[in-house]
Amino acid sequence: MKRPPIYGMLAEFDSASVLVAAAHHTHEAGYQKIDAFSPFSVEGLAEAIGFHKNNVPLVVLIGGLIGGLSGYLMQYWISAVSYPLNVGGKPYHSWPAFIVVTFEMTILFAALAAVFGMLALNGLPMPYHPVFNAPRFAFATKDRFFLIVFSSDPKYDSVQTRRFLESLTPKSISEVPS
Amino acid sequence: MDERSEQAGGKQAPVIEPGYTFGSVTDKISAIVLTRPTSTSWFIGFGAFFLVTMMLLYAIGYLLVRGTGIWGINIPIGWGFAIVNFVWWIGIGHAGTLISAILLLLRQSWRNSINRFAEAMTLFAVASAGIFPLIHMGRPWLAYWMFPYPSTMGIWPQFRSPLVWDVFAVSTYFTVSLLFWFIGLIPDLATLRDRSENRWARIIYGILAMGWRGSARHWFRYETAYLLLAGLATPLVLSVHTVVSFDFAVGIVPGWHTTIFPPYFVAGAIYSGFAMVLMLAIPIRKIYALEDFITERHLENSAKVMLATGLIVAYGYIIEGFMGWYSGNRYDAFTLWNRLHGPYAFFYYMLIACNIVIPQVLWIRKLRTKPVALFAVSGVILVGMWLERFIIVVVSLQRDFLNSSWGMYYPTRWDWMTYVGTIGMFLAAMFLFVRILPMISIFEMRTLLPEAEVKE
Repeated sequence: MKRPPIYGMLAEFDSASVLVAAAHHTHEAGYQKIDAFSPFSVEGLAEAIGFHKNNVPLVVLIGGLIGGLSGYLMQYWISAVSYPLNVGGKPYHSWPAFIVVTFEMTILFAALAAVFGMLALNGLPMPYHPVFNAPRFAFATKDRFFLIVFSSDPKYDSVQTRRFLESLTPKSISEVPS
Repeated sequence: MDERSEQAGGKQAPVIEPGYTFGSVTDKISAIVLTRPTSTSWFIGFGAFFLVTMMLLYAIGYLLVRGTGIWGINIPIGWGFAIVNFVWWIGIGHAGTLISAILLLLRQSWRNSINRFAEAMTLFAVASAGIFPLIHMGRPWLAYWMFPYPSTMGIWPQFRSPLVWDVFAVSTYFTVSLLFWFIGLIPDLATLRDRSENRWARIIYGILAMGWRGSARHWFRYETAYLLLAGLATPLVLSVHTVVSFDFAVGIVPGWHTTIFPPYFVAGAIYSGFAMVLMLAIPIRKIYALEDFITERHLENSAKVMLATGLIVAYGYIIEGFMGWYSGNRYDAFTLWNRLHGPYAFFYYMLIACNIVIPQVLWIRKLRTKPVALFAVSGVILVGMWLERFIIVVVSLQRDFLNSSWGMYYPTRWDWMTYVGTIGMFLAAMFLFVRILPMISIFEMRTLLPEAEVKE
């Protein structure tokens, strides 16, 4: 597949507040395909770029349900069906004794789902990404804040978009090659 | 946020000293890993503990050849040091999860500067703990029999046994602690990738960071996942020592068969864990000049947690004593008498001194902010908590129902070598950790700065 030569237009800001405001303006100006980068989780930034809901909780719920159900059914099947063993006259299906392992399996699967679900939804691991080509992007993991308008946005225009981003008073603007 | 307004009131020491910026916090913590030259004392310390780890491997190797007969265990005391140390180490691990998960849910943002190395401490402590039941099994190479897998023998684990619950609890705990620690490291690994000058360091940190770039979408999912993990780890950590206590409480041995065990074990675990956190934090903040990040506030708060959990533990001892008398059960009453007057009575009085009497000095506010004093009290608590497990395991088994089956337990040098060896392994791992990974969570420290607040 041939990529478009330009990935997007990246603007650099020096504070979290300015970035959130800039992201709001850009979203309100009608740009749909935008993203922001920050060295820590900035409150309200995801909402500002129009990203309101994520599916991590659903993945965790499914993981937990699978873990709990399989944990309980495994114990039931082993203790009552496959290998019934009389221990002190206790019933084969002695459910109170199965609660601990059911609980641990619920937590284990939910935690695995949280971590791997989050990574998968984020598309990680992804060692190469065009945005790393931007010269000052290494500061996104230190003390700088970035906003990008992707070239795939219908409103993207290298002159108009640059002019719009300049109106947000960024520290620098660069076009990111893909 | 509450934390910042509280600082403005100026009553307590701040969580982070004023004057730092995103850049200077990042530089200060990452420099410890990236640019600070490795000192001779680091090599000496690591080398010494590495040698102690080798002693552990020797002790385990000899055990594999000769069997558990080289230890002091015998009937009636079949559990001995292995189980004492297992419970002690698992308990120490609990503070890390408490700091990283429970304090996160309670919005105690002072945790941000100690959670990373407390989580590392948890991992290494649980790893040390896991060794003991494994090598205590007699035939450790068959350890996989504990897990439910379709074997050609056609047999399965017995799920009504607390010992099988323990396998699930401890392995889940280790896995979740590892996940929690690693997911917390990802943004900081990206910082190290972008900061490091060394090509190999960049490649290795780059692989571990998995291409993290701090996208707002990523952060949103990340924070959700982190919060959910904390919510999952909270009941988990409470369950782990509860299940460990079931190993005892479900048995009928006098001194074990009591319902106070689960809460009292969990409180004791957090008690000893915070003592270990302080014993590590106090030298680390001094050596690496991190007093601005790990402030007197952290020391004082940890001391308060120790004081509170210590009182719960004291309540446990009182209830144990009371039930020994009130139950009217002659075997329970005798267990109490045996603790107070039996051959191991000295250790019981030591336990009361270390766990209840001496830690009461923490009521004195001045002492709670004195690193040297706190370090000493923490050491005393760690000894006390080890003695508690010794009393529970050994003194209960030593004299049970029939005096024809009474006996004594004397640890051998192999017991001591294994125990001291795990301490060496734990500390060697901590040395490596502070050298190659950021020991304070950089991105969570950034959120503590006033400039992190988004103004409308």
